[in-house]
Amino acid sequence: MLTPPQKSNQPVLRLEGVSLGYGDFTVLREISLEVLPGQVVAMMGGSGSGKTTLLRAATGQLVARHGTVTLFGQNLAHADRPMLQSLRQRMGVLFQQGALFTDLNVFENVAFPLREHLNLSATQLSERVLEKLSAVGLRAAAHLKVSEISGGMARRVALARAVVLEPELVLYDEPFAGLDPISLGITARLIRNLSDRLGCASVVITHDIAESFAIADQVYLVGQGELKAHGTPVTLGASPDPYVQQFLHGHADGPVAFDYPVTPAFEAWLARTGTPP
Amino acid sequence: MSQLKFLTLLGKSVRLRLTGLGLFTRFFLMLLQRSGIVLKRPRLVSQQVHFIGNFSLLIIIVSGLFVGFVLGLQGYYTLNRYGSEEALGLLVALSLTRELGPVITALLFAGRAGTSLTAEIGLMKAGEQLAAMEVMAVDPIRRVFVPRFWGGVIAMPVLAAVFSMVGIIGGWVVGVLLIGIDTGAFWSQMQNGVDLYKDILNGVIKSIIFGIAVTLIALYEGWQASPTPEGVARATTRTVVTGSLAVLGLDFLLTALMFSN
Repeated sequence: MLTPPQKSNQPVLRLEGVSLGYGDFTVLREISLEVLPGQVVAMMGGSGSGKTTLLRAATGQLVARHGTVTLFGQNLAHADRPMLQSLRQRMGVLFQQGALFTDLNVFENVAFPLREHLNLSATQLSERVLEKLSAVGLRAAAHLKVSEISGGMARRVALARAVVLEPELVLYDEPFAGLDPISLGITARLIRNLSDRLGCASVVITHDIAESFAIADQVYLVGQGELKAHGTPVTLGASPDPYVQQFLHGHADGPVAFDYPVTPAFEAWLARTGTPP
Repeated sequence: MSQLKFLTLLGKSVRLRLTGLGLFTRFFLMLLQRSGIVLKRPRLVSQQVHFIGNFSLLIIIVSGLFVGFVLGLQGYYTLNRYGSEEALGLLVALSLTRELGPVITALLFAGRAGTSLTAEIGLMKAGEQLAAMEVMAVDPIRRVFVPRFWGGVIAMPVLAAVFSMVGIIGGWVVGVLLIGIDTGAFWSQMQNGVDLYKDILNGVIKSIIFGIAVTLIALYEGWQASPTPEGVARATTRTVVTGSLAVLGLDFLLTALMFSN
């Protein structure tokens, strides 16, 4: 049986000692975190640090190798397909590339989850879609094809689609990428307002320190395959940890390696090509 | 050592092909299992019939007309030797309804609508659209693949019928209007010689089976495509090659089963 929507302060999403990877490669080890209703949690880390992998684990697209991922009180390792479908109906996801349906226009993209999951009248559906499009400033773009809008606009449409069902948990993968400063500020406030107004939990995967620190309740910093630090924006900003300081201030020197690590696969490739090291 | 390497490569190749066959069968069974949406939301299927039919309609009409012209000419040259050119209508109709209609339509369908389906699905995969659907708790097999599959299966016999009809008109234009065969003989020989069940129904059954094969291959190739421009291009090519070979192979088998004594 599915647990009822969260009314209490029980975590919406909880990861305990989770390890994740693809094939022989382990991306993240021993990750533990929890997201409470109404909280905005920022997940930060360098490129390739495994932030998106973490999101895939939260949606059930990737199964944890070790540890448990609990979504709305259900252990995802034990969730069958119908259970997973039920849990996913209670969450919204903003994909890194937007992932809009190119055969549908802007309105139909936002209306898609409503048409699939709710039985609304045409008027109710139209009102709800236009309300969400208004929130991202694209009400008057409802009739446009996806090919006619810019990359930044596409991300805002994707944002409207992610929240149109007013889910209990929204996962945002790089919501600020490619946005101009005005859209960026509005989007950040929108994420915060959704959490405050609807009590939905938000997990924001981002590189944007200023905006995410302004709206987040908790910040998690991942790097080198593990969780490096976590805390409120204030405590993290004051942390003496050299890793945290280098990441937050963008210093070139420090414990965060800029170079991609040398792997046995790279060495084998180098030996095959005959290029001198 | 080289023999061992050869055997290893052979084993790997056989294993990969068997895995592919297993995946293909599983994909087909998944489509059938989740076909309930066809009854719940028939509009999704009718939209696909419309799109897929429109993709191929022009090329089917033009090809059908020219095939009819050629059949009319070649048929006349051959029948004229035996003084039985009145049988031209029968020859054209039988050739089209039994063989050329279903087969050429399926080959054109693979090249036109099949490639479109593969490219569309492949690009949806590359653009994370299928993954987005999945995390929205919408099953992409049920919502995207099943309507396209049944759309293709329904569109194929309709297109084959259009092809045969236009081809017969092409044969009539050449035989009756240009060469001057008696129009009454052309149509009456056709009416007497073409059997509703043995010829027309078997042709329809053939085109339905070709529709299943080509649409299934097109969707499977899109589903399995690497999410890159090169991967989608390769998948599109595989749809045409595999789809065409499947049609020709199946045609031989079906002809042997349907028209043997």
